[in-house]
Amino acid sequence: MTKQSAIELKNITKVFGKVVANKNVNLTAYRGEILSILGENGSGKTTLMNMISGIYFPDEGQIFIDGQEAVIASPKDAFKYKIGMIHQHFKLVDAFSAAENIVLGLNEGKYDLKASTEKIKEISSQYGFEINPEKKIYTMSVSEKQTVEIIKVLYRGADILILDEPTAVLTPQETERLFSILRRMRDDGKCIIIITHKLHEVLSLSDKVAVLRKGEYVGTVITAETNESELTEMMVGKKVSLNIDRSEPVDPVPRLVIKDLDCIDRNGIKILDDISFTANSGEILGIAGIAGSGQRELLEAIAGLQQVQCGEIVYNDPKTGKEENLRNKTPMQIRDLGVRLSFVPEDRLGMGLVGNMDITDNMMLRSYRKGRSVFLERKGPKDLAQHIIEDLEVVTPGASTPVRRLSGGNVQKVLVGREIAAAPTVLMAAYPVRGLDINSSYLIYNLLNEQKKKGVAVIFVGEDLDVLIELCDRIMVIGSGRITGTVDGRTTTKEEIGLLMTKTEQQGEVQDE
Amino acid sequence: MNKTFFHVVKRDDMPLWKAWLIRGATIIIAILLVGIISTVVTGKGFGETYEKMFLGVFGRLFEGKTTMLWKYLQDIAILLSLALALTPAFKMKFWNCGAEGQALMGGLASIICMIELGDKLSYPLLIATIAVTSMLAGALWGVIPAIFKAVFNTNETLFTLMMNYIATQIIAYYVYIKGGGSNVINPVAAGNFPAVGNNKYFVNIVIVAAITVAMFIYLKYSKQGYEISVVGESHNTARYIGIDVKKVIIRTMIISGALCGITGMLLVAGTDHSININSVGGQGFTAILMSWLGQFNPFIMVIMTAIVVFLRLGVAKVADSAQLNSSFSEIMVGIVILMLVGCEFFIHYSIKFNKHKKEVAE
Amino acid sequence: MIIQFICRAILLGVPLLYGSTGEILTEKSGHLNLGIPGTMYVGAISGVVGSFLYENACGNDIANMNPFLAVIIPLVCALVGASLMGLIYCFLTVTLHANQNVTGLALTTLGIGLGNFLGASLINITKSELPSIALTKTSSFFSAKLPFAEKLGWFGELFLSHDFLTYLAIVIAVVATIVLKRTRVGLNLRAVGENPATADAAGINVTKYKYFATCIGSAIAGLGGLQYVMSYASGVWSNNAFGDRGWMAIALVIFALWNPSIAIIGAFAFGALCNANNYIQGLGTETQELFKMLPYVVTIIVLIITSMRKKREYQPPESLGLPYFREER
Repeated sequence: MTKQSAIELKNITKVFGKVVANKNVNLTAYRGEILSILGENGSGKTTLMNMISGIYFPDEGQIFIDGQEAVIASPKDAFKYKIGMIHQHFKLVDAFSAAENIVLGLNEGKYDLKASTEKIKEISSQYGFEINPEKKIYTMSVSEKQTVEIIKVLYRGADILILDEPTAVLTPQETERLFSILRRMRDDGKCIIIITHKLHEVLSLSDKVAVLRKGEYVGTVITAETNESELTEMMVGKKVSLNIDRSEPVDPVPRLVIKDLDCIDRNGIKILDDISFTANSGEILGIAGIAGSGQRELLEAIAGLQQVQCGEIVYNDPKTGKEENLRNKTPMQIRDLGVRLSFVPEDRLGMGLVGNMDITDNMMLRSYRKGRSVFLERKGPKDLAQHIIEDLEVVTPGASTPVRRLSGGNVQKVLVGREIAAAPTVLMAAYPVRGLDINSSYLIYNLLNEQKKKGVAVIFVGEDLDVLIELCDRIMVIGSGRITGTVDGRTTTKEEIGLLMTKTEQQGEVQDE
Repeated sequence: MNKTFFHVVKRDDMPLWKAWLIRGATIIIAILLVGIISTVVTGKGFGETYEKMFLGVFGRLFEGKTTMLWKYLQDIAILLSLALALTPAFKMKFWNCGAEGQALMGGLASIICMIELGDKLSYPLLIATIAVTSMLAGALWGVIPAIFKAVFNTNETLFTLMMNYIATQIIAYYVYIKGGGSNVINPVAAGNFPAVGNNKYFVNIVIVAAITVAMFIYLKYSKQGYEISVVGESHNTARYIGIDVKKVIIRTMIISGALCGITGMLLVAGTDHSININSVGGQGFTAILMSWLGQFNPFIMVIMTAIVVFLRLGVAKVADSAQLNSSFSEIMVGIVILMLVGCEFFIHYSIKFNKHKKEVAE
Repeated sequence: MIIQFICRAILLGVPLLYGSTGEILTEKSGHLNLGIPGTMYVGAISGVVGSFLYENACGNDIANMNPFLAVIIPLVCALVGASLMGLIYCFLTVTLHANQNVTGLALTTLGIGLGNFLGASLINITKSELPSIALTKTSSFFSAKLPFAEKLGWFGELFLSHDFLTYLAIVIAVVATIVLKRTRVGLNLRAVGENPATADAAGINVTKYKYFATCIGSAIAGLGGLQYVMSYASGVWSNNAFGDRGWMAIALVIFALWNPSIAIIGAFAFGALCNANNYIQGLGTETQELFKMLPYVVTIIVLIITSMRKKREYQPPESLGLPYFREER
């Protein structure tokens, strides 16, 4: 091997508090090569790349650029080494044109937007970008914004490009266009690192694949010599037993029937596509999928927070046996119908709770309207708060502490406690154990199981496949807004779910082409 | 990036007593500073300055003369009533900078009733009409920006500011007509609030005291007050539990405007029995500061307005006795408020000296 | 008649133009400075104090006065006084993260108090009978016109007969527009006001830009106060005569859609609106009062239309009024 590596990481370790984000990671990338970094959510891919681009500084280990040891302490240092990173969240000024954004913060002598525009056009034609430098960012599609970000780093002369999940926000056609541009850059001698968790993209694009799992480096393989199942196994690892209790569902009956649901997001992209499923009483229905595949929109559509384009959301009332269509009803209207729908949203302090209010007042969010009095009734919520604090062992100075001062796990206990206290018939929970310690997580699992035994239809959106497999009766896998399969939680394997999670796009691509 | 010796971090764990200790200490330092500046400027003794200040506010109270005290209470009442009126809007994070105009419109409604209906209605009916129309006028002036805010998200700070000057010109117009070409209207005898004993401010003060208690209860114990807090904290949460955010914005501004209208009534029917473009005298702006410094708590607002009015009257007396212009008191009030605004930094942030570079997980 | 009307409109509009150019610069850095009315007031009184001292030092004899010093002393005083106000505002809102509206309003209270106090003190010193202080000698330097303007008939009167502060206002507004639109500094400043986190990531010193924009903006606004006293009021200061011009300057910012060049036209239009009542035949004084609300009504209409159309070019800077704290990223 005479080839000089463009970038080499040796024994990189990064710890946040008690969480080890990266542990002894070794990586090498060459010029004229596309390297994929593959891993599940939370496997430490982004942290690793942030260390290369100067946002974080590694606790241990060394980084070599072109064989020389490099100290990258800030984004400016990274730029000095010609490293450019395209983040998932674009750092662009909406009111500016593409050209203005590209030159922002640069110091290249005279300010001449025309000359810069010419240079941008040059870069564009070289790699095949389609961009109008005068176009304002706020009128652009996500894909165009991404193009601006890529040109921005090229304009600064970067020859090591890191792209953090660039295809998460793109349509299949846009993805294909991006890939052809990336291939052209590779042929131009640039080193390209792409972070992703989509297997088929890895296989179609990259020359090599490095796999991370839970912050640890698993290994690097040459794309041509591997296949999907090998990569999946490397990515998800061996099954870990969690010993979560799971009872058999008792008399499951359809409680919530979703038919042909379509939804469009703010950018006009179809975020839910033809979703149909049934949630049964006394059963936990898991929803698995890569983050941002439409899980949030699905739950919000059911809860009445998201406009639905077409389809039906039918609720079977267990008491009256009547059917109610919840489609495009407001949360108030849903409640007035007598539907006891509880929802633990992903954004706990931004949506589910009010951070500046104390536990008692947060209990009232659901119940304050009760009664005809113009005044609040605080006795009930106060008792409920006390009850939750004791039952769920919430660590707090008292019921009058603002919830934002509680730790993540305790915040979640308060939220889940409140939603369960409403005696729901349907309970939806989005990532209810995210960021929680082991004990709090198990407490939440037990609470969900209790609800299941009470005959509640539980919908659980999760990211940890081990948990989904041990907790849920059925697991519905969703990818790019479509259902790619529903499996039995008792018989399925991680590999099966992992393949389903990444499967859709291939199908989507085939269908779209 | 981290070459400085210290960096500032946000904190939200300061206990309430400590926060108020900081604010209290700031107030004391500020009042001492005012004393020192006054002493230097007037060239009188330090003790004498405070004595004059006290005299300017309370007069010869110890000799049993309460006239000054009542005037002090009246001034507090007017400023406080405006601050209270603004509070529900601020709690909702709606910047109502239009208290001035809303109060003027309320005052205008009062004076129109007094002039036009003064000899047509019985006294109780007249007072009731004044009360209702002035609240409606204030509410109207408040709800217009609110509707545009709710529907089009029009910037309410600037909208309400502009509404003030439109109100001012309407008053100027009306005063010109009714004042026979001068810029004053002679005091109207009809529809005045009754004097209790010899005290013409008593009714005003009682009304504002009642509003203070009512506002405290409204914000803390009513369902509407609760909705206001939720909307102010997070529109997302409000949506999640099914609160109609637009409705709450409009409803709250009707209340805020109507209360400003009441202040206008207190000024016109309860105090001056006349109106001019300076009837509110910029207190609508001071009230914004009072409401904000009062941290949405009506009773703390009582204390804040009491301090500010004390300084306003007291320092004016100090300046007056040294043949200085009474605007000196405005400067001192400005300094005190700026110090109080600045001291919030030490409550919400703490300064950490850099020893090790720290990073926070995403 | 028409010429006279336009000239009057321009004279009335210039303080507004200074105020709004200054406020535009400040708002472009993401700060809504409601202290502008107070700042303009302080600018005016600082100039008055400066020229008062100079006139006295010259023994109140115009023959002893150096025209250059007579102009430069009040000018520098106004700039310094107003920038100090901007500095206080910046320290509180940028460094101490205080609420911008509250700080601004408190500064306006302080500024007007300061102006009235100093004004009244000067009146006191002169033992004048009238509640005003006349600096007509200094004013004569400020309102000096081009000597050949009168010979050129209507053209001279319309374009050349103004005091130098009027031309300076237009020059500053045009320069500000160019700086904002065509220079790197302007680009960086706009980025700070739109999205400080992005600007920060691009290596722009957000704090520095905020401080400079606000202090320079305040200084420019202070000149508006000075022009009002020295040119419009012919050097006569009386307390509160400045009126609500400061708020109108803030209104003008919206009207001008955050563009100083449009503010030039807007300021003169506002001046005309304020003045139209005097020139429309057969208006009673009472109707004139109603006419005076026109600038505000127009501003509100502009405000509503821009919020309805949602066209981004016409919107306030995106993070206007929001504090920026890096650690919150």
